[in-house]
Amino acid sequence: MSDFQLNIPSKQSILSKQWWQVLIAIVVFVYLLVPLCALYVPEGSFFHLSAYSLTLFGKIMCYALAALALDLVWGYCGILSLGHSLFFALGGYIMGMYLMRSIGTEGVYHSELPDFMVFLDWKKLPWFWEGTNHFAWVLFLILVLPGLFAFIFGFFAFRSRIKGVYLSIITQALTYASMLLFFRNETGFGGNNGFTDFKRILGFSITNSNTRVVLFLFSFTALVLGFIACRRIVQSKLGRVTMAIRDAENRVMFSGYDPLGYKLFIWTFSAFLCGIAGALYVPQVGIINPGEMSPGNSIELAIWVAVGGRATLIGPIIGAFFVNGTKTIFTALAPEYWLFILGGLFVLVTLFIPNGVVGLIKDYFYKKKQK
Amino acid sequence: MIKFLLKFISLLWFSAFISQMGWAANLAQADLKDLFGEDFSAKQQTISKIVEAPPELASTILFALQDENVYMTPKNEVVIKNLNNYLDPISNTEVRVDESSLETPTFNNIIRSDIEAAVSQFKLLSKDYKTRSEAIETLSNDLGQIQPSLVKKAFDNETDTKLKNHLESLDAMLKFKDSDTSTKLQLLKTLSHSQLLSVEKFLLSISGLESSSNFLEPDKSVRVAAELALKDFRSRKFHAELVSNIFTGLSLGSVLLLAALGLAITYGLIGVINMAHGEFLMIGAYATFVIQTIFRNHLVQYQDFYLIFAVPFSFLCAGAFGLLLEKIVLRHLYGRPLETLLATFGVSLLIMQTVRVIFGAQNVEVGNPTWMSGSFSPLQDFFPGLLIPYNRLIIFFFALSVVVITWVVLNKTRMGLFVRAVTQNRAMASCVGVKTRKVDSYAFAFGAGIAGLGGCALSQIGNVGPDLGQSYIIDSFMVVVLGGVGQLAGTIIGSFGLGVLSKFSEPFIGAVLTKIAVLVIIILFIQKRPQGMFALKGRSSEG
Repeated sequence: MSDFQLNIPSKQSILSKQWWQVLIAIVVFVYLLVPLCALYVPEGSFFHLSAYSLTLFGKIMCYALAALALDLVWGYCGILSLGHSLFFALGGYIMGMYLMRSIGTEGVYHSELPDFMVFLDWKKLPWFWEGTNHFAWVLFLILVLPGLFAFIFGFFAFRSRIKGVYLSIITQALTYASMLLFFRNETGFGGNNGFTDFKRILGFSITNSNTRVVLFLFSFTALVLGFIACRRIVQSKLGRVTMAIRDAENRVMFSGYDPLGYKLFIWTFSAFLCGIAGALYVPQVGIINPGEMSPGNSIELAIWVAVGGRATLIGPIIGAFFVNGTKTIFTALAPEYWLFILGGLFVLVTLFIPNGVVGLIKDYFYKKKQK
Repeated sequence: MIKFLLKFISLLWFSAFISQMGWAANLAQADLKDLFGEDFSAKQQTISKIVEAPPELASTILFALQDENVYMTPKNEVVIKNLNNYLDPISNTEVRVDESSLETPTFNNIIRSDIEAAVSQFKLLSKDYKTRSEAIETLSNDLGQIQPSLVKKAFDNETDTKLKNHLESLDAMLKFKDSDTSTKLQLLKTLSHSQLLSVEKFLLSISGLESSSNFLEPDKSVRVAAELALKDFRSRKFHAELVSNIFTGLSLGSVLLLAALGLAITYGLIGVINMAHGEFLMIGAYATFVIQTIFRNHLVQYQDFYLIFAVPFSFLCAGAFGLLLEKIVLRHLYGRPLETLLATFGVSLLIMQTVRVIFGAQNVEVGNPTWMSGSFSPLQDFFPGLLIPYNRLIIFFFALSVVVITWVVLNKTRMGLFVRAVTQNRAMASCVGVKTRKVDSYAFAFGAGIAGLGGCALSQIGNVGPDLGQSYIIDSFMVVVLGGVGQLAGTIIGSFGLGVLSKFSEPFIGAVLTKIAVLVIIILFIQKRPQGMFALKGRSSEG
């Protein structure tokens, strides 16, 4: 009777064969070359990877993972969260607790307690510090807490159908309030100074270049796995519903879907990724303080995504590397101009390249094909 | 140097004044030598001796001690440095000394506070109101060092009713120890009407409610009377704190109101969040600073009136920036609210950094004109210790008048009609011929201008620095969320409510937890009423 057919493949592959090859090539390349250049190439050689650049790249990897997480909610679900720096910092703080505990009695005051607690004249650990000397428990917390927190917040926010700029503002206020909370000494996270002076992780010295290489590779692995997972989600049916919610939430509801569950899943997963990124970030940079969860940081995260290109997944990674690379160069050369550049980037990218760098490249190839 | 001269002049004044009174005790050079010894209790005794000396002499030595101008010569003579000469304080003759051979006395903190207390009672006779009021405060916390005759003298000279009451209380507290029971009861009656805050501590120690060791009062009837007086005093003090908290909350809310008003208008109209709105506040504050600087440098005699020019100037400056921002950036982003948020954040970074480059990263100093500085204390009988600063009061009324003007503009002018029409239904307004683009521009500039006024007001009560906008923006967002979008009434109640609420909970749970509590309340509140307190009634399914 009717010859109309809706031709949606039931399952899409995560990546095309071609891109799988590229990805595997990159992974093999990094796994082989980074340890080689960092550990075996002698210092002074052109190919030597110094501890500084190793840490720098490791740090940006973590940023990129956080940006990837934000792209998942913003690009695919239309939720511009300004609270992702909070989830990032939460993961970082949990890891920081473990690192503080593993300093042991080698701190300035030679006490079992972390230095800042001795300084505040606390006699014993607060209850939430219990068990943080066990890595397994900390790992569990890192994987669960940021996600759980996001889930609870998201449940209340999405249930009352807060969306768009409203949600952005609420998440920003949440981050701001948490930052103020962590600034207090009484909260039990080191107040202003946060955690620092780490000595070792799992018994390995944290400044040792072997440890650094391993941490770098962990960040890299997390980024690659995070990318594949996100890709898997957006290619799935669930991902398609999410995109539909992004484009017209009401129509999705009228078609009989309840957006709450979809939104919550994407939101929680995104926070989970962010928490992991934060946890990997802290041992590499060696410090975590409440400044890390300032609202400004969250918005900067958004600009990495915007620069790279929203809803592309690869874009945020490119954006994180591009913006942070520029930042590193400029803060060294002309620190007072960096904020001008960042501010200008915000304005210019949103005005002139709404699809980001990836969008530009796509356009270029599309036009080439047309000719 | 000038400070020293001033002190010296006031000292001369004291001397002239005090020399009329007769004083008996004598002080000799030998007494003063103890100040230079090793024995600290001897030093304390010496200071009590100095206090009992004729006031002219006593004040000279005490002021010199406080300024560390007392020395001892190798011949064991104590001398006071007076500008470039050295004087023997007892005979008031000049002494020739070799400066390098002089010895200075060493004091510990106990002795320093003794000296300060001793100096304070001579300050009771100062001509300056503030000096007197501070001296009473210091003395009332340490009753041991006072000469009752000085208090009496100060009381007779005092013309201000508030300070007279304070001195009366001070006098009563001094007399109390050595009085009989009936006098004590009389004195307690006086004290229960006191406006002096340290009376509370005194009454507490008399009543014996405080389980401290220096239990003063043996007579039970006096203790009970003291307890009653304390109760009376405390209830009045509680009222004073209540009023003062409400007032501070309202003035905090009025700045918030000025910040949120513009935000609510633009958000209601265009549906975008302007992250640079806080920077308009900052521009307003810096505009005030610029006007103040011009007046200070060129129109010194009219300095007190600089605010009259600063108010319109800050409005125009912020409004012009708003117009510019709308025309250059926002115009091209309509329909993309999330990107607008990012772009305006970029703009706010640019503005902040520009201000840092022009004015420096440090806070700049904006002063109150004389008619706005100071404070007054109304109804002291009911609210002891209540202090209402003029600047906060004026800002409160300023904010109210801005709200009234905004209401008139929105409800009584043709432009306001357009703004309301576009807010309610953009497409329909456009269909009947409203130039929506133009309305957007003007409304945005108007909102920015109001924020500029807020900045001008803020410069009178807070610090002015490049980061000023950042600290207010989140609170004003909360007001908009709480009050409902584009609603004048909601914004007013939201900002005053937030201001008073946070001021009230601060003493109990601290500023930070207050912020968090407010946020939690707002999130819970939105569960019930997603559109804010005063929602527009409409049929739109997108909200």
